[in-house]
Amino acid sequence: MSQQKFMQNPWSNWMKGEGPDSDIVISTRLRIARNLRQHPFPLLATDSQAEEVVKKVAEVSKVEAMKNRSPLQLIQMDQLSPLEKRVLVEKHLISPHLAEESRKGAVLLSEDESVSIMVNEEDHIRIQVLLPGFQLNEAWEIGTKIDDVFEKHLTYAFDEKRGYLTSCPTNVGTGIRASVMLHLPALVMTQQINRILQAINQVGLVVRGIYGEGSEALGNLFQLSNQVTLGMSEADILSNLYSVARQIIEQERVARRYLMEHSRVDLEDRIFRSYGILRYARTMESKEASQRLSDVRLGLDLGLIKNVSHQLLNELLVTTQPGFLQHRAGQKLTPEQRDERRARLIRERLSAH
Amino acid sequence: MNCEECGKRPATLHLTKIVNGEKTEYHICEHCAQEKGDVFAGFHNFSINNLLSGLLHFDPMTKKSQETAQKPLRCETCGLTYAQFSKSGRFGCSDCYTFLGDRLDPLFRRIHGNTQHMGKVPERTGGQLKLRKELEQLKSALQRYVASEEFEKAAEIRDRIRALEQKIAQS
Repeated sequence: MSQQKFMQNPWSNWMKGEGPDSDIVISTRLRIARNLRQHPFPLLATDSQAEEVVKKVAEVSKVEAMKNRSPLQLIQMDQLSPLEKRVLVEKHLISPHLAEESRKGAVLLSEDESVSIMVNEEDHIRIQVLLPGFQLNEAWEIGTKIDDVFEKHLTYAFDEKRGYLTSCPTNVGTGIRASVMLHLPALVMTQQINRILQAINQVGLVVRGIYGEGSEALGNLFQLSNQVTLGMSEADILSNLYSVARQIIEQERVARRYLMEHSRVDLEDRIFRSYGILRYARTMESKEASQRLSDVRLGLDLGLIKNVSHQLLNELLVTTQPGFLQHRAGQKLTPEQRDERRARLIRERLSAH
Repeated sequence: MNCEECGKRPATLHLTKIVNGEKTEYHICEHCAQEKGDVFAGFHNFSINNLLSGLLHFDPMTKKSQETAQKPLRCETCGLTYAQFSKSGRFGCSDCYTFLGDRLDPLFRRIHGNTQHMGKVPERTGGQLKLRKELEQLKSALQRYVASEEFEKAAEIRDRIRALEQKIAQS
């Protein structure tokens, strides 16, 4: 298995467009932060200490129990070009921090890309599980088993009182961050979203844009995740997130029905205009692309548009990003060139269906 | 007092900086502080770390830190001082949690509303720890059932607590 395929192919398991509630929940992500007892945290680690961590983690990834799960391929950040790293970020396989700031950072990727284990990110080990649709418990089951295998072979930094010790005090305790990526166009159109976002902050959860901390909520995509990691069990954290997400999903469905009943013509007009523009435009900025793709996704979920699929829309979400466009072109592109290529790519992919 | 940099304007910023236990004091005016930029981190780059520093009540511009008076609080394993931690918001190693100890409680309470771990315990190293954690959870479940007058369930939990206590005593 060549490591190039992770950069060339746009398809990750999470993009399949399957899974429970996939009309609203695009993907579920779970990450578990762990550190090794005897090693300084990445903040203070020297190059050789950081390399030793990579070596130890990579060794465990080769033990039987791990291989049976899914073979993992090691990719070192030092060996990738900035564009290649950006592609992995755009596919959500690594974090921007690992790509840009880590010392001797590495990632272990499973064949279907649903598991990515980052090494020397902010913590020594960050196990990430990424699944399509709404699958919090499934993601936890996979993650916790991988965690158990690592724990058999490595001694974790753990304290009875504080739990799993992490670099940043915001992750200590369980070390888990679970999140769901929600497509909420109807709540945005009916202007209920701000009320909902405010309420979310009061129940120990946070909302971010699709590329994590500090990123904008483009294309009506919102990432909902837990904030608290200490003092709650994993099960409680997950069920809290589950029930809040469940309520938002139901509210989005109600809002979609409301729009269909009360302003169907306007809604259809908006969706088909966007579809038309995507099929024929000659240049398109990424912000416009994500908004128009959101409209088409809504059209698909409402049964108004038939000849596209969730998988195709998820693929375009990723392949129209700046890193992916440039990596495919094999060169750096100016923003104008990117807009042109983006429009062409969307046109070609949509008309092929 | 006039600014140490330009010597003209009055010094309005008094900053104590501690690097590896070495104390440096600055008395400068706002104008020069802006120009120096990086030296006074937190002036320009507002980040999660600055937010954390805020939570830690470490405000170098208004308050002299407690460390200046006494021996700096530091992790004996990696050497990270409390002041460094409050600036970066990151720990240096797992022992920082022990050496910086109780001073972290208010921080955890602000971030998580809690200071005590309730979740998973490592299987291999956990052993007894795991049993004790389970015991705690059972005890709080017992209290809940008693409070809600579900005595049958409470009795069931009580028996499990007894069994577990025996198991811990034996191991």
